[in-house]
Amino acid sequence: MIENFDLSLVNWSRAQFALTAIYHWLFVPLTLGLSFILAFMETLYVRTGDEMWKKITKFWMTLFGINFAIGVATGIILEFEFGTNWSNYSWFVGDIFGAPLAVEGILAFFLESTFVAVMFFGWNKVSKRFHLASTWLVAIGANLSALWILIANAWMENPVGMVFNPDTARNEMNSFREVVFNPVAVDKFLHTVTSGFVLASVFVVGISAWFLIRKREEVLARKSILIAGIFGLVSGLAVALTGDSSARTLAQVQPVKFAAMEALYEGKANAGLTVIGALADSGERIGEKKVHDVKLKIAIPKLLSVMTTGKGDGYVPGLKDLVNGNPERGILSVSEMMERGRYARQVLIDYKMARELGDTETMASLAAKFEEKDFVENYFRYFGYSYFEHPWQVIPSVPVTFYAFRVMVGLGFFFILLFTLAIWFHRKKTLEKNRWFLWIALFSIPLAYLASELGWIVTEMGRQPWIIQNLMPVHVAVSNISAGAVQTTFWLFAVLFTALLIAEISIMVRQIKTGPKH
Amino acid sequence: MTMQISYLFLREYWWLIISLLAGLLVFLMFVQGGQSFIFSLPRNDMQRKMVVNALGRKWEFTFTTLVTFGGAFFASFPLFYATSFGGAYWVWMAILFSFIIQAVAYEYRSKPANVYGTRVFDTFLFINGCLGPFLLGVAVATFFTGSDFTLDLFNRVHWGSGWHGLEALINPVNLLLGFGVLFLARVLGLMYLENSIDEKELTASIRKALVRNAVPFLVFFLAFIAAILLGKGYRADPVSGEVTLVKYHYLHNLIGNYVALAFLLGGVVLILISLWLGIFRGSRRAIWYAGFGTVPVVIALFMMAGYGETAFYPSSTDPGSSLTLAKASSSYFTLKTMMYVSFVIPFVVAYIWYAWGSINRSRITSEELAGEDHTY
Repeated sequence: MIENFDLSLVNWSRAQFALTAIYHWLFVPLTLGLSFILAFMETLYVRTGDEMWKKITKFWMTLFGINFAIGVATGIILEFEFGTNWSNYSWFVGDIFGAPLAVEGILAFFLESTFVAVMFFGWNKVSKRFHLASTWLVAIGANLSALWILIANAWMENPVGMVFNPDTARNEMNSFREVVFNPVAVDKFLHTVTSGFVLASVFVVGISAWFLIRKREEVLARKSILIAGIFGLVSGLAVALTGDSSARTLAQVQPVKFAAMEALYEGKANAGLTVIGALADSGERIGEKKVHDVKLKIAIPKLLSVMTTGKGDGYVPGLKDLVNGNPERGILSVSEMMERGRYARQVLIDYKMARELGDTETMASLAAKFEEKDFVENYFRYFGYSYFEHPWQVIPSVPVTFYAFRVMVGLGFFFILLFTLAIWFHRKKTLEKNRWFLWIALFSIPLAYLASELGWIVTEMGRQPWIIQNLMPVHVAVSNISAGAVQTTFWLFAVLFTALLIAEISIMVRQIKTGPKH
Repeated sequence: MTMQISYLFLREYWWLIISLLAGLLVFLMFVQGGQSFIFSLPRNDMQRKMVVNALGRKWEFTFTTLVTFGGAFFASFPLFYATSFGGAYWVWMAILFSFIIQAVAYEYRSKPANVYGTRVFDTFLFINGCLGPFLLGVAVATFFTGSDFTLDLFNRVHWGSGWHGLEALINPVNLLLGFGVLFLARVLGLMYLENSIDEKELTASIRKALVRNAVPFLVFFLAFIAAILLGKGYRADPVSGEVTLVKYHYLHNLIGNYVALAFLLGGVVLILISLWLGIFRGSRRAIWYAGFGTVPVVIALFMMAGYGETAFYPSSTDPGSSLTLAKASSSYFTLKTMMYVSFVIPFVVAYIWYAWGSINRSRITSEELAGEDHTY
């Protein structure tokens, strides 16, 4: 299909997408979570009639608006980058991937953008209840938007509900239900939005803590800490639960990523889950990839086996099994998959050539292959492997996924502790006395952003080199443009987004220092 | 056979949805048109604040419509998405950059500690106001004039020009539509401001500016219509699929499609009525006539480009690579599934209408702005 890949183009395209996604994700989780926190606060205002809740809602709404605008700005580029930078991908799977994006626009974006206008400008123009409904609809719209884009993203990791059409040389959807209820999508949505709720809760608790440190806006701060503490604690526990469920699904559909997250090279039964560890070069290699030893390891015995197989003595395949194959465990080697994928690709090329030549007899016999169960399940499913030259190329960066995963999980548990303490101190009316806690809460804000970004780094770096698991490697998906063009837009984005981020932080800090309007 | 007819229907249905979204997008670009006056129309800071706040309460609708337009194109005609976006890289990137800077400009322009000052964010609004409509117009014009690309056996796009889309700017017909859309957006912007703001001096400036912008709009738009109707068009043979340049093809398309003809003529009449109302009667309702005129005119243009044995995204260098609705569309299953989703669009339009009406009951005045918590 594409014989000569320009790796610098691929790498710059990856870098550009990573840059825009990372910037975008700096703003989205706060929108997801803060929108619900606003809805809770305004509900209390409407139910109690207490003007203090209105003041609190309006204060956090101002910060929401500042964050929302830059989230929108950085979001538009992501949708269009699928076309501009990954055009081969867009054609190959647009039939499936485009649908959730369109649904997102129709069902979610309009809901969000319509009612966000009422939320900001409607205080003196619409009834209390209509305004409250608008605030709730903004929260629902924002999270619905996340649902559809995460369905699309999950499909890339676990492509389901489709069939390959040799005439168009692309995958086509045959079950919208399977795409929507993809197990990866369900886990991913719940895990991602609840992690956004956690980030927003840390944000609210942290800034409220700052007010208490400064002995300002104490009522606002205490009430905000209570709301965000409860919301954050419930969400934090949900993140842990959905994270566990995500890991189980991951072990089934992306075993290489799972093994990389654990730096598990040798498959084993009774495998323990590494809680803490440091990677060291063992000197051994799989092709050109380093094999790492896990030093200073603290592990929970058998937990990895339980998570993966449901049994303590279950066998968890390592990277060596997954690359070199393990016939005893029924695992094919990557070189065998590459061979099978090349055969499937050659069948497709022969079909296209027969079509060009008008050789209907050959076309009919080759087209029939794409209907055969054996060909589809034993050859075509490895189509994407045909683009690799070496088996080791399917291994992602182990250190990046290993460390990112551990820091993310560690911070997740830290936030649960933070929210528990926040609620406890609030209940005991000792928030102001525990200044150490207030300072920790304040400095937890950047940690929440770090954890959130690391989650995506685990997901996206861990699934390299695939853009669509087993079907299309990243280097095949790229647009046919010059590396220089992408390099130029990369730097333009980097400068522009950084400049906007600086403005955003500066405005946000000033608004916080100014405090609510009296 | 039934399935084939249904597939054809679905493709044409989705082209109509795309056309409708394009029509709404052009109408909603009154926001961009209004932004292009940010430095020229207001005489003082309060007037500028009124202009910005009137537009700022609507910018998200335009933005969302653009994103939905892109998403719908991706879902229904993915080969167009891959070909145009992946090939005409620089044009689309320029459009995107102009929208990125718009999104933050409203929220940040008047906030304390915004680092760069109000003037910079107002300049962002001005750039988006001019570049957005102009470049979108140029991009749509290539539906009629063609682009320099080839598709290989596996539909991978190879763009002929190293300018990756910017070469469209040297085609005079593309420029006619680019400027036509820009001046239409400015006219719509003025009418919207007239409708939304209650300030005598500003209203007088708006009416003067309306005359100055209506004339170039009509000249550019009518020249573009004449150029495509009287020039050659890309006809796709329904049997062989061969694409050839045929004289008066778009004119034949228009005459052969009564709906498109009615939309174009009816839309143009409504726009002319809106100009008469706006310029000679000083009517606040001109925007509605212009809006209800703009949408069908854009739909008619898209119908001419996509329906009736026509390649809607033609290749000027390799006609065989040109995209027709049949060649570029998603599968039958996807189009059908998406059709069900599209049935919620009237509901979406209804709640937008309701919500919009609920916060637009009074016109913007300096007193109204003083009583607002959230201003730009």
